[in-house]
Amino acid sequence: MSGGNVVVIGNGMVGQRFVDALRDRDTQGRWRVTVLAEESRPAYDRVRLSAYFDGVDADELSLHTPHDGVELRLGEPATGVDRARRVVTTAAGEHPYDVLVLATGSYPFVPPVAGVDLPGVFVYRTLDDLTAIREHAQGRSTGAVIGGGLLGLEAANALRLLGLTTSVVEFAPRLMPVQVDTAGGAMLRRYVEELGVTCHLGVATTALRAGPDGAVAALELADGAVLDADLVVVAAGIRPRDDLARAAGLDVGPRGGVAVDTACRTSDERIYAVGECAAVEGTCYGLVAPGYAMAEVVADRLVGGAATFPGADTATKLKLLGVDVASFGDAHGTTPGCLDVTWIDPATRVYAKLVLSDDAKTLLGGVLVGDAEAYPTLRASVGGPLPAPPLALLAPEGAAGATAGALPAAAQVCSCNAVTRADIDTAIAGGCTDVPALKACTRAGTSCGSCVPMLKQLLDAAGVVQSKALCEHFDVSRQELFDIVRVRGIRTFSRLLAEHGRGRGCDTCKPVVASILASLGNGHILDGEQASLQDTNDHFLANLQRDGSYSVVPRIPGGEITPEKLIVIGEVARDFNLYTKITGGQRIDLFGARVDQLPQIWRRLVDAGFESGHAYGKALRTVKSCVGSTWCRYGVQDSVGLAVALELRYRGLRAPHKIKSAVSGCARECAEARSKDFGIIATETGWNLYVGGNGGFRPRHADLFATDLSTEALIQLIDRFLMYYIRTADRLQRTAAWIEAMEGGLDHLRAVIVDDSLDLCAELDAAMARHVAAYSDEWRDVLEDPERLRRFTSFVNAPEVPDPSITFVTERGQPVPVVGQSPAGRQPVALGLPEVRR
Amino acid sequence: MSITTTTIALRWTVVCPLDRLDPNRGVAALVDGVQVALFRTADELFAIDNRDPVTGAYVLSRGIVGSRGGLPTVASPLHKQVYDLRTGDCLDLPGVSVTRHEVRCRDGMVEVRLRQEG
Repeated sequence: MSGGNVVVIGNGMVGQRFVDALRDRDTQGRWRVTVLAEESRPAYDRVRLSAYFDGVDADELSLHTPHDGVELRLGEPATGVDRARRVVTTAAGEHPYDVLVLATGSYPFVPPVAGVDLPGVFVYRTLDDLTAIREHAQGRSTGAVIGGGLLGLEAANALRLLGLTTSVVEFAPRLMPVQVDTAGGAMLRRYVEELGVTCHLGVATTALRAGPDGAVAALELADGAVLDADLVVVAAGIRPRDDLARAAGLDVGPRGGVAVDTACRTSDERIYAVGECAAVEGTCYGLVAPGYAMAEVVADRLVGGAATFPGADTATKLKLLGVDVASFGDAHGTTPGCLDVTWIDPATRVYAKLVLSDDAKTLLGGVLVGDAEAYPTLRASVGGPLPAPPLALLAPEGAAGATAGALPAAAQVCSCNAVTRADIDTAIAGGCTDVPALKACTRAGTSCGSCVPMLKQLLDAAGVVQSKALCEHFDVSRQELFDIVRVRGIRTFSRLLAEHGRGRGCDTCKPVVASILASLGNGHILDGEQASLQDTNDHFLANLQRDGSYSVVPRIPGGEITPEKLIVIGEVARDFNLYTKITGGQRIDLFGARVDQLPQIWRRLVDAGFESGHAYGKALRTVKSCVGSTWCRYGVQDSVGLAVALELRYRGLRAPHKIKSAVSGCARECAEARSKDFGIIATETGWNLYVGGNGGFRPRHADLFATDLSTEALIQLIDRFLMYYIRTADRLQRTAAWIEAMEGGLDHLRAVIVDDSLDLCAELDAAMARHVAAYSDEWRDVLEDPERLRRFTSFVNAPEVPDPSITFVTERGQPVPVVGQSPAGRQPVALGLPEVRR
Repeated sequence: MSITTTTIALRWTVVCPLDRLDPNRGVAALVDGVQVALFRTADELFAIDNRDPVTGAYVLSRGIVGSRGGLPTVASPLHKQVYDLRTGDCLDLPGVSVTRHEVRCRDGMVEVRLRQEG
């Protein structure tokens, strides 16, 4: 069978992955896909479900990718499968299939206890569940979670964040009984209770009691205890959803789940099952990685492949309530004759255990609580020789990190995407020289990211020298150069070159040093030797265009402008015959100025109250805004006011690359703040701050960094974010790439600029205060100084002669350049469309 | 192999006082209708055509001056190709070069003598 109709029942993470994988492989478009989804929203990331409570919205969790030839039917659950006629029925009708894929997932197991059907009792599975939990928590004070496993602890953290005093009830004698052993569980309990979450272990819940309002009010435990709980979450495990399969007469596994072979095929050869609903040779898997692997297997089979499910890596690493917990391989030591090596450090509160083969040579599994840094290397080493002596691996900050190079070729480096050491080595041999290239090429490190440090080590191990040298004149990186200039108080390029470099500099290092000197506040950028370091944009305080003319962008803070100022811009454009265009940053760009015209143009603009927009600089560009609560009937905060304040605060700030920002007055996000280096979105009570967004060549949504901030707290965080970026980023590294390359990522950034882990915040604050105090308009300063004005002539020996090479023709009523004899001569687009009326 | 003939103008044209040239920066001059890019490094003067041969725009005088492997250079401000100031050869694109002109300093004045290569 190499084509036809595929019907997929279920649009969870695994169902979606199957569709993506099939579309990737079925390049001829032989399969038409119909997806029947029970929920009213397309697939989303259930692993990150709890992020919803941190203010991450549903769209951000979405995994939906539109594909050609895929029909997604939301809110249309399958009600039956007729195998004889090969149709799936729904309330809306019938869907014929040539191949059927069951991806129905699982349902939460709710123990048969009196009162579990009371109002205020929830499961923790869908976004709708979370919305309902949040609503019910309003005005209530106590919560309980039945189940102390992975999901139960997630739910407990969510209740805690909703302001409820929270208890966890677990039937087993320890938390996370599946993943963690007794001693690890005890360490975990200490962490959890320290956060104010009470644990009741080794005890069953016998009943749920209602309060006067009819909603749940308390839990009765088997030991006689009664816990107050206005809200209860049941997280006592999951069960495969195999009811459709049973009704259709398909075989099921001994403990439930649709029975499939290693090709994920059910007892009907036209029907496959993937993910949590499938029992592969009798075993169900409740993790996403094995589900993804099954989805890939079926996609491969449908295009004629022979892939088989390789068995699952059930290793887990997560951060629960701020505690690192990891478990991998034979974590409980069930292999006959196996040996344990255990490390317990009550001082640093780290628990680690390795399970070794009886000859102590082969790693079989392990458990880590409190510090899971060794996890990636250890997990990848399971089944192979130990990469280092056991104690060296377990000791905090032990040698674990440095040993990825010792992994065998078959070791799985990225378990989320099933990427082996051999795959990584092949990609390196094929020309990948850094982590971003490896991510793009192999998908390793693109899901949970825990293997990123190993990718670096494997690059090192392959002998890829990741040179930090800025250029042939300086052996150090931009960051190191910044520190040298700052700490040694160097004020000139020539001294820096003489003491720390060689040669005469170049178009790489000179602008970098110019930017560093400007960031550290070294006077006007065109004074003294600094002028010779600037690239032509900074040298003429304007943007060079393809014909050798320049463009002019006055600052329009927040995009707010008076009619009078708008008229001045129009008059200047008309009088100097400048092509005029509205930019994406809510300001106006005037094109086609000769260098000798720039001071005349700016004289007019400065007189009208404009100042430099720094469109020419690696500096803050604009802070866009939507109209906000002043006018908009949806706005909840004054987004324009904040945007203006931010743009005026950070104007002129020189950085490793340009910086863009935006402020939206409500969650509708009309200012597109999440595509910016720092974006702000108003909430009912304050501001949410997003960082690291990017448009451009590689778009990236900004990450939510902090929520419901006051304006003062917001500005302080942005001050530190920008100054830390300026200090530590590489040359021409936008904030998006800077954060992606940062060891520890957002957590590290938070530690530095929120928790002050490097004792740096006071310095960063002071640096920004100096910038704000020292700001002065660059163009006004030029106009007031004949020495700076001298350079604005086309010809040194004929200052009155305009550059004859700059000429224009008229297109759509405006001047556009004629570039003499250019091989890349442009042609206007002629589509036979109606002309714009003028 | 193509034969290149070089014509050197007979007279020197006085352009400007030396102190109008900032160290390690260029300026443009108009000499008999030809746009010339003049550069002053720590110890030398250079003159090349102002026209960027890659794009056709007259901008080379506005490039950043530096060195590569000991050779004095200027980088086109448009797309950053680097040219050897002594020969006019592009160090990034084989076969591309700009015309050099002769330049000297007499009595504190910069003088240029045009060359034409064709």
